[in-house]
Amino acid sequence: MHKNKENKVLDTKLDAVSKSLKQSIKNLDSYTHVRGESLYVDDVNIRQGTFHAVVFDSPKAHGKIKSIDYSKAEALDGVERIFTYKDVPGKNEIGGIIPDEPLFAEHEVHFWGMPIALIIAESEFIARKARDLIEIDIEELPVITTAKEAKAKGSFINAPRSFSLGDTEKAFTDCEYVFEGDTFSNGQEHLYIEAQGAYAEPLENGNIKVTSSTQGPTSVQKTIAQVLGIAMHKIEVDVTRLGGGFGGKEDQATPWAVMAALATYHLNQSVKLILNRHDDLRMTGKRHPYESTYKIGLSKELKILAYQTEFLQNSGAAADLSPAIAERTLFHATNSYYVPNVTTKVLSCKTNLPPNTAFRGFGGPQGMFVIESAIAKAASEIGVSARQIQEANLLDENDTFSYGQIAKKVEAKNTWHSAKNIFNSDALEQEVSDFNKNNTAFKKGVSFMPITFGISFTNTPMNHARALVHIYLDGSIGISTAAVEMGQGVNTKMMQIAADIFSVSIEHIKIETTNTTRVANTSPSAASSTADLNGKATLMACNALLERLKNVAAAYLKVTPEAIVLKDEFVYMNNEKTDVEWKHLISMAMLERVALTENAHYATPEIHFDKTKEKGHPFAYHVYGTAITTTTIDCTRGTYEFDSVKIVHDYGKSMSEGIDLGQVEGALIQGMGWMTMEEIAYNDEGKLLSNALSTYKIPDIFSVPKSVEVIPVETKGHELAILKSKAVGEPPLMYGIGAYFALQNAIKAFNPNYDLKFHAPMTPEKVLMSLYS
Amino acid sequence: MITFILNNKTIKTSDHSGMTLLDFVRYQQRLTGTKIGCREGDCGACTLLVGTLKHNTVEYKSITSCISPLGNAHGKHIVTVEGTNLKGKLTSAQEAMKANYATQCGFCTPGFVVALTGFALSNSENNYENALNAISGNICRCTGYKAIEKAAHQVVEKLENQEEKSSKWLIDNDFIPEYFESIPERLKDIEGKYLNQSKGKFVSGGTDLYVQKADHLADNDVHLIAEKEYLKGISIENGICTIGTNSTVSDLWNHKALNTYFPNLKKQLKLVSSEQIRNMASFGGNLVNASPIGDMTIFFLALNSEITISNENQKERTRELKNFYQGYKTFDLNEGELLKDITFKLPTKQSFFNFEKVCKRTHLDIASVNSAIQLSVENDTITEAHVSIGGVAAIPKYLHETSAFLTGQPLTTETILKANEILQKEISPISDVRGTTDYKRLLARQLFFAHFTELFPKHFTLNDFIQHA
Repeated sequence: MHKNKENKVLDTKLDAVSKSLKQSIKNLDSYTHVRGESLYVDDVNIRQGTFHAVVFDSPKAHGKIKSIDYSKAEALDGVERIFTYKDVPGKNEIGGIIPDEPLFAEHEVHFWGMPIALIIAESEFIARKARDLIEIDIEELPVITTAKEAKAKGSFINAPRSFSLGDTEKAFTDCEYVFEGDTFSNGQEHLYIEAQGAYAEPLENGNIKVTSSTQGPTSVQKTIAQVLGIAMHKIEVDVTRLGGGFGGKEDQATPWAVMAALATYHLNQSVKLILNRHDDLRMTGKRHPYESTYKIGLSKELKILAYQTEFLQNSGAAADLSPAIAERTLFHATNSYYVPNVTTKVLSCKTNLPPNTAFRGFGGPQGMFVIESAIAKAASEIGVSARQIQEANLLDENDTFSYGQIAKKVEAKNTWHSAKNIFNSDALEQEVSDFNKNNTAFKKGVSFMPITFGISFTNTPMNHARALVHIYLDGSIGISTAAVEMGQGVNTKMMQIAADIFSVSIEHIKIETTNTTRVANTSPSAASSTADLNGKATLMACNALLERLKNVAAAYLKVTPEAIVLKDEFVYMNNEKTDVEWKHLISMAMLERVALTENAHYATPEIHFDKTKEKGHPFAYHVYGTAITTTTIDCTRGTYEFDSVKIVHDYGKSMSEGIDLGQVEGALIQGMGWMTMEEIAYNDEGKLLSNALSTYKIPDIFSVPKSVEVIPVETKGHELAILKSKAVGEPPLMYGIGAYFALQNAIKAFNPNYDLKFHAPMTPEKVLMSLYS
Repeated sequence: MITFILNNKTIKTSDHSGMTLLDFVRYQQRLTGTKIGCREGDCGACTLLVGTLKHNTVEYKSITSCISPLGNAHGKHIVTVEGTNLKGKLTSAQEAMKANYATQCGFCTPGFVVALTGFALSNSENNYENALNAISGNICRCTGYKAIEKAAHQVVEKLENQEEKSSKWLIDNDFIPEYFESIPERLKDIEGKYLNQSKGKFVSGGTDLYVQKADHLADNDVHLIAEKEYLKGISIENGICTIGTNSTVSDLWNHKALNTYFPNLKKQLKLVSSEQIRNMASFGGNLVNASPIGDMTIFFLALNSEITISNENQKERTRELKNFYQGYKTFDLNEGELLKDITFKLPTKQSFFNFEKVCKRTHLDIASVNSAIQLSVENDTITEAHVSIGGVAAIPKYLHETSAFLTGQPLTTETILKANEILQKEISPISDVRGTTDYKRLLARQLFFAHFTELFPKHFTLNDFIQHA
């Protein structure tokens, strides 16, 4: 529809992107991935005699356990044991932030799918059969499924949090326009294609090795130690890779690993626990649904003078990561806009759903959806385009965020105007408007979505990582870090760093599994920070080794180390190639008894945050961008397609263009899925209705936009980003929010009586109902 | 003994024929490239190829092995991703996935690779649309698919150099390993071997039964009927089409004559599940599953089909499909009886057929409401009408009253609006995970209108209806 015939600027930029993709490094796992040779937990060769485990979970969302009869299940041939809370030698407790979550229910159940027992059998099949034979009697208690209900009943996870800037109350009185409203954004199932799982093996002396599909190996190790009542050094956690994580395996990979380890502890036998999809969907938490209210005040010139919002986070039955996620909602409540007077508040509401958890964006998307809704509402009431309000309020250099950080190296306006110019958005909007004039059965809508996303764990003490680099005596290199590979390509980036520093071919480098005995006390691979933190540590370790090697070469060549450079696997002296090869240099270093192993520790400088004041400088830097989304809806059927998403994204200086583009596209589609077709449904009893892939739909190849164009904005990058290549995992997810507003604009074009509603996802059902409301 | 060739190895197994092919491949043969994603055919991570000997060549189709019984592999060539691997280099499909960054976490990747390899091996015309159809049953959560689209393009481009389909060309061009050439001869050796079967639950493609109760089927006797010749085949005689109930949706898709009788057939069938499932799902299974929302049931209801039912003694009786269903998941079929075939009159110049389906996700999803219509029109008067609709009652619904009303009426907006009023009285949708009552009623109306705007675009526009509705 939107032809870029005359758009030479865009063509040139797209050519540049496509050229860089041809040259850019491929994910180092690609070769084994496409051959089906990559190993995931369920593919690990298991030991003889391995038992298989299945979790018995609560068939009610809230109640008192009156009785459980395991006798028939235990009597089934092939059933080895059934473990319950009574078999926990240490603490029956797995909560990471707040100790409020038992591994196994004791006397009460708090959500449908809450683990009660672990069935160990010769096969998974037998264990599942045994599960059907367990009889449980539960005295039901009242069930809360929504945040609003929880608030009314005073059911909270912790104390509310609130950020403020300026004097919001007073500012509203100065506003030309003030609007209020409410919004809802539903949860989202991670749907990593590899379900949760772990494999535990007994070692000698009561030590246990656990292979886990986790983003947080240390968290798994620590929790196993706590539940078993033994020291952490007795537990080794190893992760090769994940078949997708998206936050769903940050905290919630833990219980399954703990259960497998518990069974191994008692049986002194290997135990495998892989959830089947239905169990995974039922037992694990998702992105948090949010019910929110907002009040927005604008001047005559469309400047947002005041913004106030209250977020009700549906946290589920236990804290999990909810408090941290709630905090990030506040950090991103004003998205890419400078608002001088802001008051935001978030309440983590305790309900009888599975504990909701981290999901790409970590509460940020939920916060951004509300201010975008408020802007859309204001625009509609005032009679202007939302784009005008967005554009009038974009963040500028030295503006203050509501949490006190001063915005530096801001690219909000740059990406916005670049997007408008490169993609010729005026023409696009005109085409959409013309199309709508000439068509009834189909309508188009266009929306703009700027993003600003802070990079760092907002909990400052978590911003650290380590790398352990070995150079073996044949010159090959092994690197261990805290980073967990889950498709994001972090291992490839680590390899690039080492290859770059030593100037050796990537064939010499191996990225080892993530293992708690090699790299200890790690933060999870999360918060988009994995490459930054582990990359910086890898950089430091490699540089230290490089210095040593230069000294060895300098001594041999009888020059100062400053005269030495390593290039293409040779030593260069004063820019002249010598005959000292990389391998030769390593042999010399060995003879000189030089340490060829280095361990480096990196902790992000500059960042801090004071929770008592709710002020500080929590982020190393921010990532910016703007997306323009165009949709076409079929007004007969209520279905829709996306014509295009056009993005200008701030990569800084991307170190791996192909991998980073993959993150942008993948996150965008995931965000669009959240906003359009992915609909979590629980009934009033707290039972998950969207409990299978037949009832929970994520985007397939036909539902993605016809065209996705991503143009990098030219920026200098940021020193705290690894090689100035900015974090890219989470920010682009929020481009997907534009999908909601594009659809809404298309609906409005068909039905002028449509009263804007902010209730995501915008399913075909909601579209059709809105078209004819 | 179940006998088949798995990749390059002949397998003889006495394992239970009702266990899933996926479990056999992964856990008995330790071919772990085939992944478990959902165990209900909805993600494609377990995609395998099934090669069937046809004359002197082998025809390959993709399936989801999680809902396929092991016994259905008997006499076939089963190919996993490992069976496509070349020594020391990537195949063309693999290279396309790698070069275009189409793999991230890698878990769905083998499924895509196998499906794309299946496309190269298939008889489908080589074009991008067909390549996409080949991976329509594969879900990826990481990439957002744009990279996978590029990989599909690359595969199509490479295949463009192939003048005519030949396994030799595919071997020479790194699509498949050399051993594929030996497969036809090797299959001939096991082709005729009879698979001894016990009595038990009849299973054809298994695509619905294995979603509902895979554990039960793995633990109890099953009687596999997918290979029964007398239940197969599509024939056309004197304007009547007869479809054996073992025929799959893909058989219909690929049928040349039916595609001329139903010019939008592929477009409509594309709304029905994914290519992997269409390759397995039998019509008989769809009819006796009796889902109120069964796509093909709705399709055949509007064709005013008749079904032939045969018992254990090969005694046959017929029944109009519209009178076959009695209540939720109950129908007129006795113990030991099987559906043998479906017959219907083919459309003529005066008759028009349309199928509509709306769901949360357009493809590979279960409908919120689906509907089909067949109309005969002479001189702007409707002379025959059959309307069916799914998702709005306990059974897949033939709209007796609406159909009767339409017959004899002029083809006008008024007729259609009035018919919608009758339709609304005939349906009784309930609120569930596929939509609220109000939505399904509105959607039923809209799809009913859509039939007419689709079939008679010169007569009717959406505006004609909604201004008055």
